[in-house]
Amino acid sequence: MKISYYPGCTLKTKARNLEDAAVASMAALGVDFQELERWNCCGAVHSLADDDLIHHVAPVRDLVRAMDQGSDKVVTLCSMCYNTLARANLLMRQDEVKRKTINDFMSEEKDYHGEVEVLHFLNFLRDHVGFDKVRERVKVPLNGLKVATYYGCTLVRPGNVAIEPPADRKLMAEFLEAIWASPVDFADATTCCGSYQVLANPDAALDVAARILESATRAGAEAVVLSCPLCEYSLARKQDELLQKNKISKDVPVFYFTQLLAAALGLGSEACRFDLSPRCSVELLKSKNYPIDAAVVGV
Amino acid sequence: MPIEISDKTIKREFIERLAKLSGQDVYKCFQCGTCAGACPMSGHMDSVPRKVMRMAQLGMEERVGETRTCWTCASCHTCTVNCPRGIDIARVMEAIRLLTLRKNVNLVEPSKLPAETVKELPQIALVSCFRKLTS
Repeated sequence: MKISYYPGCTLKTKARNLEDAAVASMAALGVDFQELERWNCCGAVHSLADDDLIHHVAPVRDLVRAMDQGSDKVVTLCSMCYNTLARANLLMRQDEVKRKTINDFMSEEKDYHGEVEVLHFLNFLRDHVGFDKVRERVKVPLNGLKVATYYGCTLVRPGNVAIEPPADRKLMAEFLEAIWASPVDFADATTCCGSYQVLANPDAALDVAARILESATRAGAEAVVLSCPLCEYSLARKQDELLQKNKISKDVPVFYFTQLLAAALGLGSEACRFDLSPRCSVELLKSKNYPIDAAVVGV
Repeated sequence: MPIEISDKTIKREFIERLAKLSGQDVYKCFQCGTCAGACPMSGHMDSVPRKVMRMAQLGMEERVGETRTCWTCASCHTCTVNCPRGIDIARVMEAIRLLTLRKNVNLVEPSKLPAETVKELPQIALVSCFRKLTS
């Protein structure tokens, strides 16, 4: 089994903490991850119009790259990349007419029929590493850390690419249990953070971010865990503005799930990258007496 | 305000174009409002998705074009997965967006964004926004 890894644009720039923690954790778990060569932006969203095929070319090209590498699986971390790649893959598997048009258009590439499987890192951890193995390797059990499991949209919608049956909401909880943290399910676990409307309708995005954070706090969570850099932007980076505008009552620590994994595996600050997390996130971990580098303060 | 509905006002061509772009049959909608109740952005919409679906059924091309609904939609698919009639409403919203965007209209002007905003936002925010709201 050969596994390709597709990082996506944001992980190489604004979400280094999502990627660095995952790559270091994979090494610690002894998994061989090969980054795709010459990967390109997936396009971030799946085209929904029947006549719009050109926008499927970018994600399909990435899948062809994985096939070229001899991989039967491509793993992604970013929720939006996961959704875009998985839906493009499904289209190439199921729609004969569109598949032919896209393959004909990309005449310089090998024909693609959906040979590669697109996996989100959480699925990969559960099904190919095993949560039992993760649990055995934990050096710093995150005992007593109550974390709200925030899925957002693209991990669970639409149902044909959901990382688990959408009504289950077990996968993130099982992951957190494997690192000895306490998962907290909450009413807005799959409510959209406002997505790209953070740019076009910032007020609407602020309102929905506040709703999600308040809902997590009400459910008894001390922190929120997520896997999408856009969700992280709206839920974590906008908190100063949310507090200023009295839309939330207190700041809420936010982490990428990979950062908590790296911390539980006992990896150092260069792997966990809490230096890129909000200040309150770092303070929470320090208050729990987890061995966090004292020099790391967050942003 | 009274609305005149007659064979003359129903724009059949508009309904056909919507169906062709979205692959959806708007006549399946029975106006239960589940989409509106589930939509996380509906509080900021001038017309909730249910209303837009009704306007679409009646071929009210201009009225649909005047609403801000599809420009406030975040394409989160909550309406789609909750619709009891199985309509992929996110695709209908996309089709309505494209009918405007394909006239070379930009809802967001990339070149006019403040440099600070571009520097601060994750790339996926910019790419997805431009994909959904520019021509």
